[in-house]
Amino acid sequence: MKVVIIDDEPLARSIVREYLQKHPQIEIMQECNDGFEGLKAIQQHQPDLIFLDIQMPKINGFEMLELIEQPPAVIFATAFDEFAIKAFEAHAIDYLLKPFNQERFDKAINKFTEQKTVTAEKATRELLETASQSPSQNNRIVVKNGSKIKIIPVHEVQYLEAADDYVKVHTGEGYFLKNKTMNHFEQTLDGQQFVRSHRSYIVNVQQITRIDPYEKDNHVAILRSGIKVPVSRTGYVRLREVLGL
Amino acid sequence: MPNTPYSIRRFAIIFSICWTVLIGDHILVMHWFGLPWDAAIIDGMVSNVLLFLASLLVMNTLRYYLPRGEQYVNIFFLCLLLAVLWLLITKWILKIWIGPIHTGYTDMLYHSMPIRFGIGFLLLGCMTMISILWYNQQEQKENENRKADAEKLSKEAELFKLRQQLQPHFLFNSLNSINALIGSRPEEARKMVQQLSDFLRGTLKKEETQWVTLQEELQYLQLYLDIEKVRFGNRLATHIQCHEATQPLKLPALLLQPIVENAIKFGLYDTTGETLIHISTLIEDQHLVIKVVNPFDPETSSPKQGTGFGLKSVQRRLYLLFARTDLLSTEAKGNNFTTIVKIPQTV
Repeated sequence: MKVVIIDDEPLARSIVREYLQKHPQIEIMQECNDGFEGLKAIQQHQPDLIFLDIQMPKINGFEMLELIEQPPAVIFATAFDEFAIKAFEAHAIDYLLKPFNQERFDKAINKFTEQKTVTAEKATRELLETASQSPSQNNRIVVKNGSKIKIIPVHEVQYLEAADDYVKVHTGEGYFLKNKTMNHFEQTLDGQQFVRSHRSYIVNVQQITRIDPYEKDNHVAILRSGIKVPVSRTGYVRLREVLGL
Repeated sequence: MPNTPYSIRRFAIIFSICWTVLIGDHILVMHWFGLPWDAAIIDGMVSNVLLFLASLLVMNTLRYYLPRGEQYVNIFFLCLLLAVLWLLITKWILKIWIGPIHTGYTDMLYHSMPIRFGIGFLLLGCMTMISILWYNQQEQKENENRKADAEKLSKEAELFKLRQQLQPHFLFNSLNSINALIGSRPEEARKMVQQLSDFLRGTLKKEETQWVTLQEELQYLQLYLDIEKVRFGNRLATHIQCHEATQPLKLPALLLQPIVENAIKFGLYDTTGETLIHISTLIEDQHLVIKVVNPFDPETSSPKQGTGFGLKSVQRRLYLLFARTDLLSTEAKGNNFTTIVKIPQTV
C-alpha cells in the first residue's frame, strides 16, 4: 500500500513517518513540502492514501485535492480546531487533530483499511464540495493550465461561462477551465460581487460599465474589457438588486 | 445621590448657613415691626425650623422620586400643600405660645399670614428646584460612570477575545512539533517545551493595556521566532535591526508578535522557498516606527486580501488604545510586503 505525506512542517511529517513504522504494509512513496510537490507526487506514484495538512504554502490542502482528477483517500492531519473540521468529518477517511498519538493514528489507518472497498474517490469529491463552501476558500480560484497551476484571485475574474461539464473562468489573460458547476460557483462566490446574469453566465459586477437593452426582453452587460455578457430577464432583476438600481 | 462624603458635608454647611441667615433675618424683621426680642426670637425659630423640616421632607421625597415630564405638576401641588400645612401649624403653635404673653400679637400674626405664606412657598419652591437640579445631575453623573464602566468592560473583553483568537493554531502546531521531537531528539523537545512555556507565560502575565519597552517586546518576540524556526526548519529566517535609541521606547505589550506572526504566515504560505522576515525599528516624529517585511508573490495574492485576521485585530487594538486608525499601514513593493506600525510616544 502506497502513501504520500504532504505537510509544510518537517517535524509534522516526521511524526507521521514514525507512527507508520508500526504498519510495515504501508510504504511511504514521498514526503512533500507543499501542494505543488504533493500534486506531482500523487500523479507520479498514484498512492492509495495521502496524509494531508490543510494550511500549506501557495495552495491549501483542499485546493490541491481539487486539481486531482481521481483523488486518493485522504487522512487530514491538521491543527484546525474541531469545529472547523467537523464539516469534513463525514467525507474524509479520518482527520487527525495535531498533536495526535500512535493509538489515534492506528485507528485512522484501520478505518482506512476497512473502508477501502468503498470508493474513496466519491468520499473525497463530497469532501471538496463541502470544503469549498468555507469562506476562506472564496477569494480565489485554483485551476490547472496544462501542467501549470494558476491561482486566480476572484477580483480578477471578469465572468464565468458554462461549458458542458466545465466552467470557463474568464480573466484578462483569457479563460481557464474548472471542473465545477455553475450552481457551485453561484453558491460559493460572494453574491454581492458575482451575479448569475443568465443561466450560462455569472458576471463580476465590478467589471460592468454599462447595461444595454438587447432585443425584446433581454439586456446585455458591457464589461470594462468591452466584452458583452448576456443578461436574461431574471438576471436583470438580480443585477438591479445588487447594483441598487 | 451625593457621591462623596466631602460634597455631602459641604452641602450641609452651606445649607445650615443659609438657614441661620434666614432665621436671623426673620427675627430682625419681626423686631422691626415692633415685636419685642423674645417674641421675635420664638417666632423666627418656630416658623423657620418648621419650614426647614418641610424642606427636608421635600428633598428626601425627591431623592427617591425624581419627577419626569408631567409629574412636575405633582411637585408643584406638593409644595403648595406643604406650605399651607406649614402655615397652619406655625400659626397654631405661635398663637398658643406667644399669644398669651404679648397682646396684639395674634392680630399681627393674622395680618402677616399672606406674607408668611408667600415666603414659605417661595422657599419650598426654591429648595425643590435646587434638589431636582442636584439629583438630576447626580443621576446623570452616575449614568456616565456606568456607561464608562460598561465601555471599559467591553473593551477589556474584546481585547481578551482578540488575544485568544491568535493562539490555538500556533499552540497545537507547536505541541505537534514537540511530539515529533520527543521520539527523535528529546533534548530539543525539552528546550522547545521551555520556550513554549516562557512564551505562553508571557501572554498570560501581560495585560493588554500594559506598556513595555521595545527591548522587552523584542526578547519576547525572539521566543516566538525560535519556536517557529523549529517548526518550519530552514524555510524561515529572520533578521532584526533594532536601532539602539529605540530600545527604551515603549509600546503596548504583545502588539508586535501578531504582526510578525502575520508576516510569517503570509510569507510562508505565499511562497514555497525560504522566507526571510526583516524587522527594523526607528524613531520618527515622536513615534516609534516598526517595519516588518515579508516576501510574497504579487501574482497570486493581492496584499489587500492577504492581511488576514492578525492585522485586523492589531488595527482594532490600536484604535481602542489611541482612538486612531492611521497607525497601522501596509505596502506592497515588488516581492516584498511591508507592515508599518507607529506607536505615539507621549513625552
